[in-house]
Parts: sequence; structure tokens; C-alpha cells
Amino acid sequence: MNRLRSYFLAPAVFFLVLLFVTPLGIILGYSLLSRGAYGGVELPVTVENYLRLFDPLYALILIRSVAYAAIATLVCLLLGFPLALFIARSQKHKTLFLALVVIPFWTSFLVRTYAWMFLLRDTGLINFTLQRLGILSEPLPLLYNAFAVVLGLVYGYLPFMVLPIYAALEKLDRAVLEAAADLGARPFEALWRVTLPLSMPGIRAGTVLVFISCLGSYLTPDLLGGGKTIMIGTLIQNQFTSARNWPFGSALSLVLMAIVMLMVLSALRRQEDRL
Amino acid sequence: MRQRWLSFYAAGAYLFLHLPLAVLAVFSFNSSRFTVWEGFTLAWYEVAWRDEHLLEATMNSFVVAASATGIATAVGTLCAYALWKRGCLWISATLYLSLVTPEIVLGVALLAFYQWLFRHLNFQLGMHTVILAHVMFSIAYVVTVVSARLRGFDRAQEEAAMDLGATEWQAFFRVTLPQLLPGVFSAALLAFIISFDDFVITSFVAGVDSETLPMVIYSMARKGFSPAVNAISTVIVFVLGVLILLVERLRER
Repeated sequence: MNRLRSYFLAPAVFFLVLLFVTPLGIILGYSLLSRGAYGGVELPVTVENYLRLFDPLYALILIRSVAYAAIATLVCLLLGFPLALFIARSQKHKTLFLALVVIPFWTSFLVRTYAWMFLLRDTGLINFTLQRLGILSEPLPLLYNAFAVVLGLVYGYLPFMVLPIYAALEKLDRAVLEAAADLGARPFEALWRVTLPLSMPGIRAGTVLVFISCLGSYLTPDLLGGGKTIMIGTLIQNQFTSARNWPFGSALSLVLMAIVMLMVLSALRRQEDRL
Repeated sequence: MRQRWLSFYAAGAYLFLHLPLAVLAVFSFNSSRFTVWEGFTLAWYEVAWRDEHLLEATMNSFVVAASATGIATAVGTLCAYALWKRGCLWISATLYLSLVTPEIVLGVALLAFYQWLFRHLNFQLGMHTVILAHVMFSIAYVVTVVSARLRGFDRAQEEAAMDLGATEWQAFFRVTLPQLLPGVFSAALLAFIISFDDFVITSFVAGVDSETLPMVIYSMARKGFSPAVNAISTVIVFVLGVLILLVERLRER
């Protein structure tokens, strides 16, 4: 009975240990070593790489990453909740409306980011149209700034917010809303005091998913942002390429992973509390 | 009344989700290189088609995605089945962790791992390192999709088969697996899409001969704007869109 099970588990365990656990272990080891003369790693063991995070230069990037991710998450929540509500309440074509959220989400993240570069650049469609209409004389700087990065993050991860909230709203018992109406609640009141609290598990799941995805994002700030909007992903990439400071890059990666894990664990814990 | 406002809002939200890609597609047929519309043409598709660098990268992407999907689907399906028989918290937790780990972290960790291996083994970055990386991050997706399919599955079926004399293997291959196939197939499609589209991890573990399509598009997008990029992007969106529709169809069954 158990023989078959272990045979079936073995390949997955092999790949996970070899290509996931071991690489993370190496990163952990590197993060505690010093930078070598030619870009490698050397002894002695040190925690300096972690302390460097408090250097204002890097702390600023970390704080900025958290801030962008938080703003993008909030915007996703504000945009995503009504959309989830619409899908949950629609009688016909529910599958279609859901698919319309899911499909762009699965079509190439890179292409979707490129689409915004195409729209936002100085000679892009938005600036071109506004100038043609005589509204602008100079192109608006829409690309390579914080606005573009947050917009790209919202666009990229909105479905992560919509889908869990929709799932929570679907489970909601209609009778509860009818009861609220019978007891004299106006529609908005019912929404605010009944629907919203009952959809909290979905909101929480969506918030965590969007936030961790934004925090660790690399492509969006890289393509849509500029030098002043660098986020932690780009900083990590820099350490492993041009800066060739692998120990510091490893420490940054682990800090990013620790934040992500803490958020996921706290979300899972709260979910269990409710059960 | 309120429902109507909600519908207006939803229409706006759907425009926001779809318009950028639609605009991109429309301008791939524009005969001018600039944003002004000058007439319909397929010239940019021809430019993209003639670009050998691009074709080679597309081939690479297909080879990588097909190999990684094949391996990850087999490994992930077996793993999901084994976990359904009896759970294992450690394996589930590791799979989950691989799913939420930021891509950039996976990329640099794999790079560090490969570099470390090179010192001990005669081994270089190339197609195989890309394929292995893609197998790793696809397994968790496959396990998730197949497990969802197994959740409503009746254990009594296998027991009945074994009571009738089937071995454990036969029970799996002839009773459970055939019924799992739609789930396995949609898991494979998802793995293919994810693998085909990956840029971040691939860019760290690819060698000079294993540039993939997303890597070429990235460097083209970086360099400047050419309607040829719009043309390839449109093709990718179309192909992946068809695949994802297939996945959705399979899920409904």
C-alpha cells in the first residue's frame, strides 16, 4: 500500500529538494558570507549583509516597495470589490464574466506590461490623442515614474483580488440580505454592514495575494518605472548582476521571502481561527 | 437602479482589463511605425516572421515549455495522487512555499545553485538548466489543479477494483487515472502557459544558446518600439487566450 505512494512521491520530492530547497539553502549560506574580491563569496561569516538593510539608501527602497505594494493593493481592493459583487450578482453569463477576468490574467504578463508602455510613452496613444485634441501642448510624462509602476501593478494583479472576493460572495446566503432588508436596512447599509463583513475572508485572501505579488514584482517596476522608482526586486537583480554582491543580494532575497511567508502564514492562521 | 450603476462600473473595469491588449493588437496592423493610424497592413507580421533571432527564440520556448510541461505533469500528477492517498504536511507546505516565493528570489537562488554546481561538475547554463527550472516551478501548479480534481473522488472505486483482484498499480492506472485525465490535461495546459510566458526566472538561468521568446520581447521592448513587437505580442495573446479557454472548458466538465 505504502510502497506505491512512496514511488509516486519520490520524483516530486527529488525535484523540490534539488531545485527549490537546496538553492534556498545556498542563498541562506551566501547571505551570511562576505563578498569576494572578484564578485564571489568568501569567509568570514558575517551578519553585515542584513545590517546593510538599515543603510538609508536601501531602507528607502524597501519602504518604497512596501508603499507601492500597499497602494496598489488598496486600489485593487477598491476596484475589485465592486467587480466581484457585479459578477456574483449577475444572473446570466456568470461564467463569461468570470472568464473575462481570468483570461487577460493568464495571457503573458510581459505582453500586458508592454501594452502599457505602448499606451503611456511620450509618443504613445494617450499623449498622442491628447495632443491631437489640443488638450496638451507637451506630452505628459506618464511612463517611467511611480504612477506607471502602481498602475502596472494594479493592472497585473487585479484578478488576484477579484477571484477570492467573488468566491466569498458566492457563498453568501441570500437569505441574510433579505433579512437585513426586512429589518429595514437600506441597500447601502446592507452592503456595508452585512455583505462586506461576510466577505472578509475573500478580502483578506485577495489582499495578501495582491500585496505579496506586488512586493516581489520585478518586471513591472523594471519596465514601467525609472531610476527613482526602484523596488526590492530590481535591487536584488542588481546585486546578482551589475553590482556583483551576491551575499547582499541573498540577504535581500531572504528578507523578501520572510515578509511574504509571514503574510501568508498570518492569513492562513486567521482563516483557521474562523473555521 | 443600483444594479445598473454596478453594471456601468463593471463595463469600465472590463474596458480597463481588455483595452490595453486590444489597442496593442490593433496597432500591430498599422502601416505606420508611429501611433498615427495610416492603414491596414500585415507587414509587421512578416517582419516578425522573417526575423531569425525571433524564430529561434520561439522554437526554444516551445522546446522548453513542452519538455518542462511533460515532466512536471507526470511528476505532479503522481505526487497529487500520493498526497490524496495520505497527506504529507512537509511536502504540501514546500509546494505551497514554492508557489508564493517571488520569482526574482527563485531566479537568483537557482542561478546561485547552478553556479555552485559548475564548480564541482562540468556543466553550463543552457536549455537543460532552463527546463529544470521550469519543471520546478510548474510542479506546484500541476499538483494544485490535479488535487482539486481528486477532492470529490470516491475512494470506494479503487477499493472495489482491488476487491475484484486488481493490484494497486492496476487500480491507479485503470480506474483512477482515466477519470483524472481532464484534470491532468488542464494542469498540463496551465504548466505550458506558465512556462512559455516565464521571463524573470528564465533570464537568470538561460545560457547564450537558450534565449526564449519572452527574453527577446523584453530586450526589444527595452530597446525601443517596433510594431513587430506588437505583432508577436498579439500572436502570443491569441495563442495563450485559446489555451486558457480550453483550460476553462475542461474545468467545467
